[in-house]
Amino acid sequence: MIEVQNLSKNYGSRAALKGISFSVADGEILGFLGPNGAGKSTTMNILTGCITQTGGKALINGVNILENPMAAKKNIGYLPEIPPLYPDMTVDEYLNFVYGLKKCKFPKNSHLKEIRTLTGIEDVRKRVIRNLSKGYKQRVGIAQALVGNPQTLVLDEPTVGLDPKQIIEIRSLVKKLGKNHTVILSSHILSEVQAVCDKIAVIDKGKLVAFDTAENLSRKLTGDRKLTVHIEGERKVVEKILITVSGLDAFHVGRTVEGKVTEYQLEVKENCDIRRELFNKMAKNDCPILLMKGSELTLEEIFLKLTTGDFYGGKEE
Amino acid sequence: MTAIIKREISSYFTSPLGYVFLAVFYSFSGLFLWMNCLSSGRADMAGVFLMMFFVILVIIPVLTMRTFAEERRQNTDRLALSSPVSLFGIVFGKFIAAFFVYFCAALVMLIYAIFLAVATGNSGSEFNWPAFWGNFAAMLLLGAVFTAIDIFISSLTDNQMIAALGSIGANIVVCSFDIVSGYVSDENFKKVIDFLSVFGKYSEFTQGIFSLASVVFFLSLTGMFIFLATRVLERRRRA
Repeated sequence: MIEVQNLSKNYGSRAALKGISFSVADGEILGFLGPNGAGKSTTMNILTGCITQTGGKALINGVNILENPMAAKKNIGYLPEIPPLYPDMTVDEYLNFVYGLKKCKFPKNSHLKEIRTLTGIEDVRKRVIRNLSKGYKQRVGIAQALVGNPQTLVLDEPTVGLDPKQIIEIRSLVKKLGKNHTVILSSHILSEVQAVCDKIAVIDKGKLVAFDTAENLSRKLTGDRKLTVHIEGERKVVEKILITVSGLDAFHVGRTVEGKVTEYQLEVKENCDIRRELFNKMAKNDCPILLMKGSELTLEEIFLKLTTGDFYGGKEE
Repeated sequence: MTAIIKREISSYFTSPLGYVFLAVFYSFSGLFLWMNCLSSGRADMAGVFLMMFFVILVIIPVLTMRTFAEERRQNTDRLALSSPVSLFGIVFGKFIAAFFVYFCAALVMLIYAIFLAVATGNSGSEFNWPAFWGNFAAMLLLGAVFTAIDIFISSLTDNQMIAALGSIGANIVVCSFDIVSGYVSDENFKKVIDFLSVFGKYSEFTQGIFSLASVVFFLSLTGMFIFLATRVLERRRRA
Protein backbone atom coordinates (compact mmCIF):
# COMPACT_ATOMS: atom_id res chain seq x y z
CA MET A 1 0.00 0.00 0.00
CA ILE A 2 1.45 3.30 -1.09
CA GLU A 3 -0.15 6.62 -0.33
CA VAL A 4 1.07 9.89 -1.69
CA GLN A 5 -0.55 13.06 -0.47
CA ASN A 6 0.05 16.43 -2.04
CA LEU A 7 3.71 15.72 -2.68
CA SER A 8 5.84 18.59 -3.90
CA LYS A 9 9.52 19.09 -4.57
CA ASN A 10 11.54 22.14 -5.51
CA TYR A 11 15.05 22.01 -6.89
CA GLY A 12 16.16 25.48 -5.97
CA SER A 13 13.61 27.74 -7.60
CA ARG A 14 12.49 25.12 -10.11
CA ALA A 15 9.41 23.19 -9.02
CA ALA A 16 9.78 19.57 -10.15
CA LEU A 17 6.61 18.32 -8.43
CA LYS A 18 3.63 20.54 -7.80
CA GLY A 19 1.52 18.62 -5.33
CA ILE A 20 0.56 15.20 -6.60
CA SER A 21 -1.63 12.68 -4.76
CA PHE A 22 -2.44 9.07 -5.53
CA SER A 23 -2.56 5.70 -3.85
CA VAL A 24 -1.74 2.18 -4.90
CA ALA A 25 -3.44 -0.78 -3.23
CA ASP A 26 -1.69 -4.02 -2.34
CA GLY A 27 -1.11 -6.29 -5.31
CA GLU A 28 -1.63 -3.54 -7.85
CA ILE A 29 0.72 -2.44 -10.58
CA LEU A 30 0.70 1.28 -11.14
CA GLY A 31 2.12 2.66 -14.33
CA PHE A 32 3.72 6.02 -13.99
CA LEU A 33 3.61 7.74 -17.29
CA GLY A 34 5.02 11.00 -18.45
CA PRO A 35 7.41 12.68 -20.84
CA ASN A 36 11.05 13.10 -19.90
CA GLY A 37 11.46 15.56 -17.06
CA ALA A 38 7.84 15.28 -15.92
CA GLY A 39 8.81 14.32 -12.37
CA LYS A 40 8.60 10.53 -12.50
CA SER A 41 12.06 9.84 -11.12
CA THR A 42 11.71 12.61 -8.56
CA THR A 43 8.55 11.00 -7.21
CA MET A 44 10.22 7.61 -7.07
CA ASN A 45 13.29 8.98 -5.36
CA ILE A 46 11.09 10.54 -2.71
CA LEU A 47 9.09 7.35 -2.24
CA THR A 48 12.27 5.39 -1.65
CA GLY A 49 13.86 7.94 0.65
CA CYS A 50 16.75 8.86 -1.65
CA ILE A 51 15.72 12.49 -1.57
CA THR A 52 13.30 14.36 0.65
CA GLN A 53 10.22 16.23 -0.43
CA THR A 54 9.59 19.93 -0.03
CA GLY A 55 6.00 19.37 1.03
CA GLY A 56 3.38 16.68 1.38
CA LYS A 57 3.47 13.12 2.66
CA ALA A 58 4.50 9.73 1.33
CA LEU A 59 3.34 6.65 3.22
CA ILE A 60 4.65 3.16 2.55
CA ASN A 61 2.34 0.63 4.21
CA GLY A 62 1.19 3.42 6.47
CA VAL A 63 4.72 4.38 7.52
CA ASN A 64 5.87 7.90 6.73
CA ILE A 65 9.14 7.69 4.81
CA LEU A 66 10.34 11.02 6.14
CA GLU A 67 9.53 10.45 9.80
CA ASN A 68 10.44 6.81 10.07
CA PRO A 69 12.79 6.03 7.18
CA MET A 70 14.31 2.88 8.69
CA ALA A 71 10.98 1.12 9.07
CA ALA A 72 9.63 2.34 5.73
CA LYS A 73 12.72 1.37 3.77
CA LYS A 74 12.47 -2.23 4.96
CA ASN A 75 9.35 -2.56 2.82
CA ILE A 76 10.84 -1.06 -0.33
CA GLY A 77 12.78 -2.48 -3.21
CA TYR A 78 14.05 0.16 -5.60
CA LEU A 79 15.44 -0.08 -9.09
CA PRO A 80 16.62 3.40 -10.05
CA GLU A 81 16.85 4.51 -13.65
CA ILE A 82 20.50 3.48 -13.72
CA PRO A 83 20.74 0.20 -11.80
CA PRO A 84 22.99 0.70 -8.76
CA LEU A 85 25.48 -2.02 -9.64
CA TYR A 86 29.09 -2.25 -8.56
CA PRO A 87 30.85 -3.26 -11.77
CA ASP A 88 33.79 -4.93 -10.04
CA MET A 89 31.69 -7.41 -8.05
CA THR A 90 30.31 -10.73 -9.20
CA VAL A 91 26.54 -11.19 -9.21
CA ASP A 92 26.78 -13.43 -6.15
CA GLU A 93 28.97 -11.02 -4.21
CA TYR A 94 26.67 -8.19 -5.10
CA LEU A 95 23.49 -9.94 -3.99
CA ASN A 96 25.20 -11.04 -0.78
CA PHE A 97 26.13 -7.42 -0.13
CA VAL A 98 22.57 -6.24 -0.73
CA TYR A 99 21.34 -9.04 1.51
CA GLY A 100 23.51 -7.73 4.33
CA LEU A 101 22.69 -4.11 3.60
CA LYS A 102 18.96 -4.74 3.82
CA LYS A 103 19.35 -6.69 7.05
CA CYS A 104 17.33 -9.63 5.76
CA LYS A 105 16.04 -12.29 8.07
CA PHE A 106 15.32 -14.98 5.48
CA PRO A 107 17.61 -18.00 5.16
CA LYS A 108 20.24 -16.53 2.88
CA ASN A 109 21.05 -19.22 0.35
CA SER A 110 17.51 -20.32 -0.45
CA HIS A 111 16.23 -16.73 -0.53
CA LEU A 112 18.91 -15.54 -2.95
CA LYS A 113 18.53 -18.66 -5.09
CA GLU A 114 14.81 -18.02 -5.34
CA ILE A 115 15.47 -14.48 -6.53
CA ARG A 116 18.12 -15.57 -9.01
CA THR A 117 15.75 -18.14 -10.48
CA LEU A 118 12.87 -15.69 -10.67
CA THR A 119 14.94 -13.07 -12.48
CA GLY A 120 16.75 -15.62 -14.62
CA ILE A 121 20.31 -14.83 -13.58
CA GLU A 122 21.20 -18.21 -12.10
CA ASP A 123 23.63 -18.96 -14.93
CA VAL A 124 25.57 -15.71 -14.59
CA ARG A 125 25.91 -15.76 -10.82
CA LYS A 126 29.68 -16.21 -10.88
CA ARG A 127 30.33 -13.54 -13.48
CA VAL A 128 31.61 -10.05 -12.85
CA ILE A 129 28.85 -7.49 -13.35
CA ARG A 130 31.04 -5.31 -15.56
CA ASN A 131 31.04 -8.03 -18.23
CA LEU A 132 27.29 -8.67 -18.27
CA SER A 133 25.08 -7.52 -21.10
CA LYS A 134 22.71 -4.65 -20.50
CA GLY A 135 19.72 -6.99 -20.19
CA TYR A 136 21.42 -9.07 -17.54
CA LYS A 137 22.53 -5.95 -15.68
CA GLN A 138 18.93 -4.81 -15.62
CA ARG A 139 17.87 -8.17 -14.24
CA VAL A 140 20.52 -8.03 -11.55
CA GLY A 141 19.12 -4.60 -10.74
CA ILE A 142 15.64 -6.07 -10.38
CA ALA A 143 17.03 -8.96 -8.34
CA GLN A 144 18.62 -6.42 -6.03
CA ALA A 145 15.24 -4.78 -5.51
CA LEU A 146 13.70 -8.13 -4.62
CA VAL A 147 16.18 -8.99 -1.87
CA GLY A 148 14.39 -9.09 1.46
CA ASN A 149 11.08 -9.69 -0.30
CA PRO A 150 9.84 -6.11 0.16
CA GLN A 151 6.14 -5.53 -0.23
CA THR A 152 6.62 -2.49 -2.38
CA LEU A 153 8.64 -2.42 -5.56
CA VAL A 154 9.56 0.83 -7.25
CA LEU A 155 10.96 0.29 -10.74
CA ASP A 156 12.16 3.30 -12.67
CA GLU A 157 12.04 2.56 -16.39
CA PRO A 158 12.95 -1.11 -16.03
CA THR A 159 12.96 -1.87 -19.75
CA VAL A 160 14.84 1.13 -21.08
CA GLY A 161 17.62 0.22 -23.48
CA LEU A 162 16.77 -3.46 -23.74
CA ASP A 163 16.18 -5.42 -26.92
CA PRO A 164 12.60 -6.47 -27.77
CA LYS A 165 13.00 -10.01 -26.45
CA GLN A 166 14.40 -8.75 -23.17
CA ILE A 167 11.64 -6.17 -22.92
CA ILE A 168 9.00 -8.88 -23.18
CA GLU A 169 10.82 -10.99 -20.60
CA ILE A 170 11.14 -8.13 -18.13
CA ARG A 171 7.48 -7.20 -18.65
CA SER A 172 6.29 -10.69 -17.90
CA LEU A 173 8.58 -10.74 -14.88
CA VAL A 174 7.03 -7.50 -13.61
CA LYS A 175 3.57 -8.94 -14.17
CA LYS A 176 4.54 -12.00 -12.21
CA LEU A 177 5.88 -9.83 -9.41
CA GLY A 178 2.69 -7.79 -9.38
CA LYS A 179 0.81 -10.77 -8.01
CA ASN A 180 2.59 -10.64 -4.66
CA HIS A 181 3.91 -7.09 -4.52
CA THR A 182 2.71 -3.55 -4.86
CA VAL A 183 4.54 -2.27 -7.89
CA ILE A 184 5.10 1.23 -9.21
CA LEU A 185 6.64 1.24 -12.62
CA SER A 186 7.59 4.29 -14.59
CA SER A 187 7.94 4.52 -18.29
CA HIS A 188 7.60 6.87 -21.17
CA ILE A 189 6.70 3.97 -23.42
CA LEU A 190 2.95 3.92 -23.46
CA SER A 191 2.34 0.45 -24.84
CA GLU A 192 4.44 -0.95 -22.06
CA VAL A 193 2.31 0.59 -19.38
CA GLN A 194 -0.79 -0.56 -21.22
CA ALA A 195 0.52 -4.11 -21.31
CA VAL A 196 1.60 -4.41 -17.71
CA CYS A 197 -0.26 -2.06 -15.42
CA ASP A 198 -3.61 -2.19 -13.62
CA LYS A 199 -3.72 1.54 -13.16
CA ILE A 200 -2.12 4.46 -14.87
CA ALA A 201 -1.01 7.76 -13.45
CA VAL A 202 -0.16 10.31 -16.09
CA ILE A 203 2.13 13.03 -14.89
CA ASP A 204 3.18 16.11 -16.78
CA LYS A 205 5.26 19.08 -15.65
CA GLY A 206 5.06 17.97 -12.03
CA LYS A 207 1.30 17.55 -11.99
CA LEU A 208 -0.91 14.51 -12.03
CA VAL A 209 -3.13 14.91 -15.09
CA ALA A 210 -4.94 11.57 -14.90
CA PHE A 211 -5.19 8.59 -12.60
CA ASP A 212 -7.31 5.63 -13.66
CA THR A 213 -7.31 2.24 -15.37
CA ALA A 214 -6.27 2.20 -19.00
CA GLU A 215 -9.77 1.19 -20.16
CA ASN A 216 -11.47 3.86 -18.10
CA LEU A 217 -9.14 6.51 -19.34
CA SER A 218 -9.83 5.58 -22.91
CA ARG A 219 -13.58 5.39 -22.28
CA LYS A 220 -13.71 8.71 -20.53
CA LEU A 221 -11.90 10.41 -23.33
CA THR A 222 -13.91 9.00 -26.22
CA GLY A 223 -17.20 8.61 -24.39
CA ASP A 224 -17.68 5.34 -26.30
CA ARG A 225 -19.41 7.23 -29.01
CA LYS A 226 -17.55 6.17 -32.10
CA LEU A 227 -17.84 3.01 -34.15
CA THR A 228 -15.79 1.89 -37.09
CA VAL A 229 -17.47 -0.61 -39.43
CA HIS A 230 -16.50 -2.33 -42.64
CA ILE A 231 -19.58 -3.10 -44.72
CA GLU A 232 -19.77 -4.94 -48.04
CA GLY A 233 -22.30 -3.62 -50.53
CA GLU A 234 -23.12 -0.77 -52.88
CA ARG A 235 -22.36 2.50 -51.17
CA LYS A 236 -25.69 4.07 -51.98
CA VAL A 237 -27.59 1.11 -50.58
CA VAL A 238 -25.55 1.04 -47.43
CA GLU A 239 -25.94 4.76 -46.90
CA LYS A 240 -29.69 4.52 -47.30
CA ILE A 241 -29.86 1.84 -44.64
CA LEU A 242 -27.58 3.77 -42.31
CA ILE A 243 -29.90 6.74 -42.36
CA THR A 244 -32.71 4.56 -41.07
CA VAL A 245 -30.72 3.41 -38.04
CA SER A 246 -32.07 5.18 -34.99
CA GLY A 247 -29.52 6.61 -32.58
CA LEU A 248 -27.01 7.38 -35.28
CA ASP A 249 -25.79 10.94 -35.13
CA ALA A 250 -23.69 11.12 -38.25
CA PHE A 251 -21.49 8.97 -40.41
CA HIS A 252 -18.45 9.48 -42.55
CA VAL A 253 -17.58 7.34 -45.51
CA GLY A 254 -14.02 6.23 -45.20
CA ARG A 255 -11.65 4.48 -47.55
CA THR A 256 -12.48 1.51 -49.71
CA VAL A 257 -11.02 -1.52 -48.03
CA GLU A 258 -11.31 -4.07 -50.87
CA GLY A 259 -13.71 -4.46 -53.77
CA LYS A 260 -17.09 -3.43 -52.50
CA VAL A 261 -16.08 -3.23 -48.87
CA THR A 262 -16.06 0.29 -47.50
CA GLU A 263 -15.12 1.67 -44.13
CA TYR A 264 -17.59 3.91 -42.32
CA GLN A 265 -17.08 5.96 -39.21
CA LEU A 266 -20.28 6.23 -37.22
CA GLU A 267 -20.99 8.74 -34.52
CA VAL A 268 -23.56 7.52 -32.05
CA LYS A 269 -25.93 9.63 -29.99
CA GLU A 270 -25.28 9.62 -26.27
CA ASN A 271 -26.48 6.55 -24.32
CA CYS A 272 -27.39 4.64 -27.47
CA ASP A 273 -26.22 1.21 -28.53
CA ILE A 274 -26.87 0.80 -32.22
CA ARG A 275 -24.81 -2.30 -32.82
CA ARG A 276 -27.63 -4.88 -32.85
CA GLU A 277 -29.96 -2.77 -34.95
CA LEU A 278 -27.18 -2.02 -37.38
CA PHE A 279 -26.31 -5.68 -37.70
CA ASN A 280 -29.89 -6.82 -38.27
CA LYS A 281 -30.68 -4.15 -40.84
CA MET A 282 -27.53 -4.78 -42.81
CA ALA A 283 -28.07 -8.52 -42.72
CA LYS A 284 -31.64 -8.15 -43.98
CA ASN A 285 -30.42 -6.14 -46.96
CA ASP A 286 -27.60 -8.57 -47.71
CA CYS A 287 -24.87 -6.12 -46.80
CA PRO A 288 -22.62 -8.15 -44.48
CA ILE A 289 -20.70 -6.35 -41.80
CA LEU A 290 -17.14 -7.60 -41.95
CA LEU A 291 -15.77 -5.63 -39.03
CA MET A 292 -17.19 -3.56 -36.23
CA LYS A 293 -15.13 -1.98 -33.48
CA GLY A 294 -15.41 0.83 -31.01
CA SER A 295 -12.62 3.22 -31.75
CA GLU A 296 -10.62 2.92 -28.54
CA LEU A 297 -7.97 5.51 -28.15
CA THR A 298 -4.45 4.23 -27.90
CA LEU A 299 -2.46 5.41 -24.96
CA GLU A 300 -0.49 7.65 -27.27
CA GLU A 301 -3.66 9.50 -28.14
CA ILE A 302 -4.82 9.60 -24.52
CA PHE A 303 -1.47 10.90 -23.51
CA LEU A 304 -1.42 13.65 -26.06
CA LYS A 305 -4.95 14.65 -25.19
CA LEU A 306 -4.11 14.80 -21.52
CA THR A 307 -0.85 16.64 -21.74
CA THR A 308 -2.07 19.18 -24.23
CA GLY A 309 -4.81 19.99 -21.76
CA ASP A 310 -7.86 18.96 -23.76
CA PHE A 311 -9.15 16.60 -21.14
CA TYR A 312 -9.32 17.78 -17.57
CA GLY A 313 -8.56 21.18 -19.02
CA GLY A 314 -11.37 23.08 -17.34
CA LYS A 315 -11.04 21.28 -14.05
CA GLU A 316 -7.33 21.29 -13.38
CA GLU A 317 -6.19 24.77 -14.10
CA MET B 1 26.89 -1.07 8.36
CA THR B 2 28.89 -4.32 8.53
CA ALA B 3 27.74 -5.02 4.97
CA ILE B 4 29.19 -1.70 3.84
CA ILE B 5 32.47 -2.28 5.68
CA LYS B 6 32.83 -5.74 4.13
CA ARG B 7 32.03 -4.52 0.64
CA GLU B 8 34.39 -1.56 0.85
CA ILE B 9 37.29 -3.64 2.14
CA SER B 10 36.79 -6.28 -0.52
CA SER B 11 36.55 -3.59 -3.17
CA TYR B 12 39.94 -2.22 -2.10
CA PHE B 13 41.44 -5.63 -2.69
CA THR B 14 39.55 -6.68 -5.82
CA SER B 15 40.94 -3.58 -7.53
CA PRO B 16 44.63 -2.70 -7.62
CA LEU B 17 43.99 0.29 -5.36
CA GLY B 18 44.51 -1.46 -2.03
CA TYR B 19 47.65 -3.24 -3.20
CA VAL B 20 49.14 -0.09 -4.71
CA PHE B 21 48.45 1.75 -1.47
CA LEU B 22 50.16 -0.94 0.59
CA ALA B 23 53.08 -1.16 -1.84
CA VAL B 24 53.73 2.58 -1.76
CA PHE B 25 53.47 2.67 2.02
CA TYR B 26 55.78 -0.31 2.47
CA SER B 27 58.40 0.89 0.03
CA PHE B 28 58.62 4.41 1.45
CA SER B 29 58.66 3.20 5.04
CA GLY B 30 61.36 0.69 4.07
CA LEU B 31 63.38 3.41 2.40
CA PHE B 32 63.08 5.69 5.42
CA LEU B 33 63.98 2.84 7.77
CA TRP B 34 67.13 2.26 5.80
CA MET B 35 67.97 5.99 5.76
CA ASN B 36 67.30 6.58 9.46
CA CYS B 37 68.25 3.33 11.13
CA LEU B 38 69.87 0.66 9.01
CA SER B 39 72.48 2.79 7.26
CA SER B 40 73.65 4.45 10.49
CA GLY B 41 73.07 1.53 12.83
CA ARG B 42 70.70 3.41 15.12
CA ALA B 43 67.52 1.88 16.55
CA ASP B 44 65.53 5.10 16.96
CA MET B 45 62.53 5.02 14.62
CA ALA B 46 61.31 8.58 15.34
CA GLY B 47 62.80 9.82 12.06
CA VAL B 48 60.95 7.15 10.09
CA PHE B 49 57.64 8.17 11.61
CA LEU B 50 58.32 11.84 11.02
CA MET B 51 59.12 11.34 7.35
CA MET B 52 56.15 9.04 6.84
CA PHE B 53 53.94 11.99 7.75
CA PHE B 54 54.42 13.46 4.29
CA VAL B 55 53.83 10.17 2.51
CA ILE B 56 50.63 9.57 4.46
CA LEU B 57 49.46 13.04 3.60
CA VAL B 58 49.65 12.23 -0.10
CA ILE B 59 48.51 8.59 -0.26
CA ILE B 60 45.43 8.59 1.98
CA PRO B 61 43.55 10.70 -0.59
CA VAL B 62 44.18 7.91 -3.10
CA LEU B 63 42.52 5.50 -0.71
CA THR B 64 39.48 7.67 -0.04
CA MET B 65 39.00 9.47 -3.35
CA ARG B 66 36.39 7.10 -4.70
CA THR B 67 34.42 6.44 -1.50
CA PHE B 68 31.59 8.80 -2.32
CA ALA B 69 32.66 10.41 -5.59
CA GLU B 70 32.57 7.14 -7.50
CA GLU B 71 29.30 6.03 -5.92
CA ARG B 72 27.68 9.22 -7.01
CA ARG B 73 29.02 8.93 -10.54
CA GLN B 74 27.81 5.34 -10.91
CA ASN B 75 24.54 6.02 -9.13
CA THR B 76 25.24 3.23 -6.67
CA ASP B 77 24.60 5.62 -3.79
CA ARG B 78 20.89 5.06 -4.45
CA LEU B 79 21.23 1.51 -3.18
CA ALA B 80 22.46 2.45 0.26
CA LEU B 81 20.13 5.45 0.43
CA SER B 82 17.04 3.31 -0.21
CA SER B 83 18.17 0.64 2.25
CA PRO B 84 17.50 0.65 5.98
CA VAL B 85 20.91 2.15 6.85
CA SER B 86 21.46 5.53 8.46
CA LEU B 87 23.59 8.16 6.74
CA PHE B 88 26.03 7.94 9.63
CA GLY B 89 26.18 4.17 9.09
CA ILE B 90 27.10 4.72 5.44
CA VAL B 91 29.84 7.25 6.20
CA PHE B 92 31.23 5.41 9.21
CA GLY B 93 31.25 2.11 7.32
CA LYS B 94 33.35 3.64 4.57
CA PHE B 95 35.61 5.30 7.13
CA ILE B 96 36.23 2.05 8.97
CA ALA B 97 36.99 0.21 5.74
CA ALA B 98 39.50 2.83 4.54
CA PHE B 99 41.04 3.01 7.98
CA PHE B 100 41.37 -0.77 8.06
CA VAL B 101 43.46 -0.72 4.89
CA TYR B 102 45.58 2.06 6.37
CA PHE B 103 45.95 0.04 9.56
CA CYS B 104 47.20 -2.93 7.55
CA ALA B 105 49.80 -0.62 6.01
CA ALA B 106 50.84 0.86 9.36
CA LEU B 107 51.33 -2.58 10.88
CA VAL B 108 54.56 -2.87 8.93
CA MET B 109 56.10 -0.42 11.40
CA LEU B 110 55.57 -3.01 14.11
CA ILE B 111 57.48 -5.56 12.06
CA TYR B 112 60.36 -3.11 11.65
CA ALA B 113 60.30 -2.46 15.39
CA ILE B 114 60.46 -6.14 16.27
CA PHE B 115 63.33 -6.53 13.83
CA LEU B 116 65.18 -3.57 15.37
CA ALA B 117 64.44 -4.77 18.91
CA VAL B 118 65.98 -8.14 18.17
CA ALA B 119 68.98 -6.49 16.57
CA THR B 120 69.54 -4.08 19.48
CA GLY B 121 68.98 -6.92 21.97
CA ASN B 122 71.81 -8.82 20.27
CA SER B 123 74.11 -5.86 20.65
CA GLY B 124 73.34 -5.61 24.36
CA SER B 125 71.25 -2.41 24.48
CA GLU B 126 67.51 -1.88 24.91
CA PHE B 127 64.93 -0.93 22.21
CA ASN B 128 62.78 1.99 23.30
CA TRP B 129 59.32 0.36 23.15
CA PRO B 130 57.33 3.15 24.92
CA ALA B 131 58.58 5.67 22.36
CA PHE B 132 57.63 3.30 19.57
CA TRP B 133 54.09 2.76 20.87
CA GLY B 134 53.65 6.51 21.20
CA ASN B 135 54.74 6.99 17.61
CA PHE B 136 52.61 4.13 16.39
CA ALA B 137 49.52 5.51 18.13
CA ALA B 138 50.22 8.91 16.61
CA MET B 139 50.50 7.37 13.16
CA LEU B 140 47.12 5.67 13.55
CA LEU B 141 45.50 8.85 14.87
CA LEU B 142 46.95 10.88 12.04
CA GLY B 143 45.62 8.32 9.56
CA ALA B 144 42.17 8.56 11.14
CA VAL B 145 42.18 12.36 10.83
CA PHE B 146 43.26 12.35 7.17
CA THR B 147 40.84 9.54 6.30
CA ALA B 148 37.94 11.47 7.80
CA ILE B 149 38.91 14.73 6.10
CA ASP B 150 39.40 13.05 2.74
CA ILE B 151 36.14 11.10 2.91
CA PHE B 152 34.46 14.42 3.57
CA ILE B 153 36.15 15.92 0.50
CA SER B 154 35.11 12.91 -1.58
CA SER B 155 31.50 13.41 -0.52
CA LEU B 156 31.57 16.89 -2.04
CA THR B 157 32.23 15.86 -5.63
CA ASP B 158 31.41 13.16 -8.15
CA ASN B 159 34.85 13.18 -9.72
CA GLN B 160 37.60 10.98 -8.27
CA MET B 161 40.46 13.14 -9.52
CA ILE B 162 39.00 16.28 -8.02
CA ALA B 163 38.42 14.37 -4.79
CA ALA B 164 42.03 13.20 -4.71
CA LEU B 165 43.57 16.58 -5.52
CA GLY B 166 41.17 18.39 -3.22
CA SER B 167 42.02 15.98 -0.43
CA ILE B 168 45.76 16.46 -0.84
CA GLY B 169 45.14 20.20 -0.80
CA ALA B 170 42.99 19.96 2.32
CA ASN B 171 45.57 17.79 4.06
CA ILE B 172 48.30 20.30 3.27
CA VAL B 173 46.16 23.16 4.57
CA VAL B 174 45.46 21.27 7.79
CA CYS B 175 49.19 20.79 8.24
CA SER B 176 50.36 24.21 7.16
CA PHE B 177 49.38 25.95 10.39
CA ASP B 178 52.94 25.54 11.64
CA ILE B 179 54.36 27.42 8.68
CA VAL B 180 51.75 30.16 9.11
CA SER B 181 52.43 30.45 12.81
CA GLY B 182 56.06 31.31 12.04
CA TYR B 183 54.90 34.47 10.27
CA VAL B 184 52.39 35.61 12.89
CA SER B 185 53.57 38.20 15.36
CA ASP B 186 50.46 38.47 17.55
CA GLU B 187 51.05 36.15 20.53
CA ASN B 188 47.42 35.18 21.13
CA PHE B 189 46.75 34.46 17.47
CA LYS B 190 49.94 32.41 17.35
CA LYS B 191 48.66 30.33 20.28
CA VAL B 192 45.42 29.57 18.47
CA ILE B 193 47.23 28.53 15.30
CA ASP B 194 49.67 26.37 17.21
CA PHE B 195 46.78 24.72 18.97
CA LEU B 196 45.24 23.79 15.63
CA SER B 197 48.47 22.41 14.22
CA VAL B 198 48.25 18.74 13.26
CA PHE B 199 51.88 18.47 12.25
CA GLY B 200 53.03 20.10 15.50
CA LYS B 201 51.12 17.57 17.56
CA TYR B 202 52.36 14.70 15.42
CA SER B 203 55.97 15.79 15.78
CA GLU B 204 55.48 16.01 19.55
CA PHE B 205 54.64 12.32 19.48
CA THR B 206 57.73 11.51 17.45
CA GLN B 207 59.79 13.33 20.09
CA GLY B 208 58.39 10.92 22.64
CA ILE B 209 55.81 13.24 24.24
CA PHE B 210 52.54 11.37 24.66
CA SER B 211 49.84 13.91 25.43
CA LEU B 212 46.24 12.99 26.07
CA ALA B 213 45.15 16.43 24.86
CA SER B 214 46.60 15.66 21.44
CA VAL B 215 44.85 12.29 21.32
CA VAL B 216 41.55 13.99 22.08
CA PHE B 217 42.34 16.63 19.45
CA PHE B 218 42.94 14.03 16.74
CA LEU B 219 39.86 12.01 17.67
CA SER B 220 37.57 15.02 17.75
CA LEU B 221 38.89 16.20 14.39
CA THR B 222 38.08 12.76 12.99
CA GLY B 223 34.62 12.79 14.51
CA MET B 224 33.96 16.27 13.21
CA PHE B 225 34.73 15.43 9.59
CA ILE B 226 32.71 12.20 9.72
CA PHE B 227 29.82 14.29 10.99
CA LEU B 228 30.36 16.87 8.24
CA ALA B 229 30.30 14.14 5.59
CA THR B 230 26.91 12.90 6.88
CA ARG B 231 25.68 16.49 6.71
CA VAL B 232 26.78 16.72 3.08
CA LEU B 233 24.80 13.57 2.26
CA GLU B 234 21.79 14.86 4.15
CA ARG B 235 21.98 18.18 2.38
CA ARG B 236 22.13 16.50 -0.99
CA ARG B 237 19.04 14.49 -0.06
CA ARG B 238 17.23 17.72 0.65
CA ALA B 239 18.62 19.75 -2.24
